[in-house]
Amino acid sequence: MDSLSPDTLPRLRTSTLDIGADSELTHAHRQILASTDVVNGLKLWRLGCTLAWLDIKLKYRGSMLGPFWLTISTGVMVAAMGALYGTLFHMDLKTYLPFVALSLVLWNALSALVSEACSTFTQSEGTIRSIRMPFFLHAFRVVVRSVISLAHNVPVIMAVFGLYSSWPGAVGMLSLPGFAIWLIDAFAACLLLGSFCARFRDIPPIVSSVMQIAFYVTPVIWRAEQLGRKGWWLPFNPFDALLEVVRAPLLGSAPSASVWALASCYSVAFCTVSWLLFARVRGRLAYWM
Amino acid sequence: MARIRVENVSIDFPLFHGSARSLKKTVFAAASGRLGEDRRHRRVVQALRTVDIELASGDRLGLIGTNGAGKTTLLRTIAGIYEPTAGRIRVEGSLNALLDPNLGMNVELTGRENIMLRGLYNGFTRAEIAALEEDVQDFAELGEFLDLPVRFYSSGMLVRLGFALATAIRPQVLLMDEWFMAGDANFIVKARARLESVVRGAEILVLSSHLAGAVEAWCTRVLWMDHGRIRMDGAPAEVMASYLAETVPAH
Repeated sequence: MDSLSPDTLPRLRTSTLDIGADSELTHAHRQILASTDVVNGLKLWRLGCTLAWLDIKLKYRGSMLGPFWLTISTGVMVAAMGALYGTLFHMDLKTYLPFVALSLVLWNALSALVSEACSTFTQSEGTIRSIRMPFFLHAFRVVVRSVISLAHNVPVIMAVFGLYSSWPGAVGMLSLPGFAIWLIDAFAACLLLGSFCARFRDIPPIVSSVMQIAFYVTPVIWRAEQLGRKGWWLPFNPFDALLEVVRAPLLGSAPSASVWALASCYSVAFCTVSWLLFARVRGRLAYWM
Repeated sequence: MARIRVENVSIDFPLFHGSARSLKKTVFAAASGRLGEDRRHRRVVQALRTVDIELASGDRLGLIGTNGAGKTTLLRTIAGIYEPTAGRIRVEGSLNALLDPNLGMNVELTGRENIMLRGLYNGFTRAEIAALEEDVQDFAELGEFLDLPVRFYSSGMLVRLGFALATAIRPQVLLMDEWFMAGDANFIVKARARLESVVRGAEILVLSSHLAGAVEAWCTRVLWMDHGRIRMDGAPAEVMASYLAETVPAH
């Protein structure tokens, strides 16, 4: 009756746990613990990827097209908005459509990430309360999930680029460092917003209104050049520089050094704030669930 | 060799109720100068108060106490989920905490997917996950249901899957809440043998229970928790007698 054969069953790795009181930790000690958390979270990359993939699969389970609904809905949106705004702004579709398709896909990825970052920890409440796991694992899951979603929209951009034969050429490779910045900022956003939203439950609506406003004041569907000299305030909008470091190379022009400098400065500042907050509250997160 | 050292550990839960959960209200309170007062008078629940325990290989500890005495909090603290407000916690040896039968189980995922996730949470390799799957499949007897979302399971099937998963992992330190006593009679007979083999395999057992029977059968030492403190610590018969004398009114 007993089907157990203890020798064939997997054994847990031996580990040592040593946790001191949160209130007695020094600033430096907190940084070390937070770094350990990140390293251990990265070591669990297989779990993080599986969780992210299952999230996507679950969202579209039961639908025939599965995650390709993402592709179709983006395609429809790009076609509709391209046609509408192309007429409104009297723009040549041949240059405008590739711009707006890429812009919209990137912006949607960014704003989806920001809103999902809010539930980084609250979404995994059950897990956090039942097993000790690195908190970075949850951030990793959200970021991988966003990357998978973004990847599903690539065919739309390819189609538009193909249609208007506006391939960027070799300069497109310059978007890779831009993507690297996005990736790092995405982790920072998950740790920052995830922690904040675990403590204060009314943040997600605030964040979504901020992102709504950001959409209008960032050159997503309109071009910065259209503002002319009235656009002096654009450098103060971090989203503008961040969008430009990825978008410009893919549209065939290298971003200027100042755009690069701005994007890097904003990212360094953002990551620093996020890191300090995460290191400060990491030990308290489980209490807030 | 497994070892647990709980060194004068205290756990305070912040009480966030109503406006403390809201950023807007917190900011407005700060703006009107009320935050300072709030800080000093921040209400907390003292879930554990200077709890000190030392356990070595071979120890079988039972935790008894009324609801809210701090039993589950103590288990979670030993599992490293809550970092202590004061004191220090050290655990040597692999640890598995069976706190909730559906631990991290996602009802939208299939049984098989849930098994894979549990394996990954425990850091198992692909081969080990395959072994885990086979073992759970044998024990839980879910047949074709294993490939259906857990949402479609009957409550009995859900218990079997949860139990099979929880007991398929052999830790050196086993922390258990009393949930595993649930289940239909047929299942209990089969489950008991399996649970006993996991418990025997563990070097240290910490069991939290309301039920005198389980504690007396499995534990060699009992801790009576009361309002977050250790009220009494000693041999099962002795502690249980005092506990029952106080909690069960004499007729």
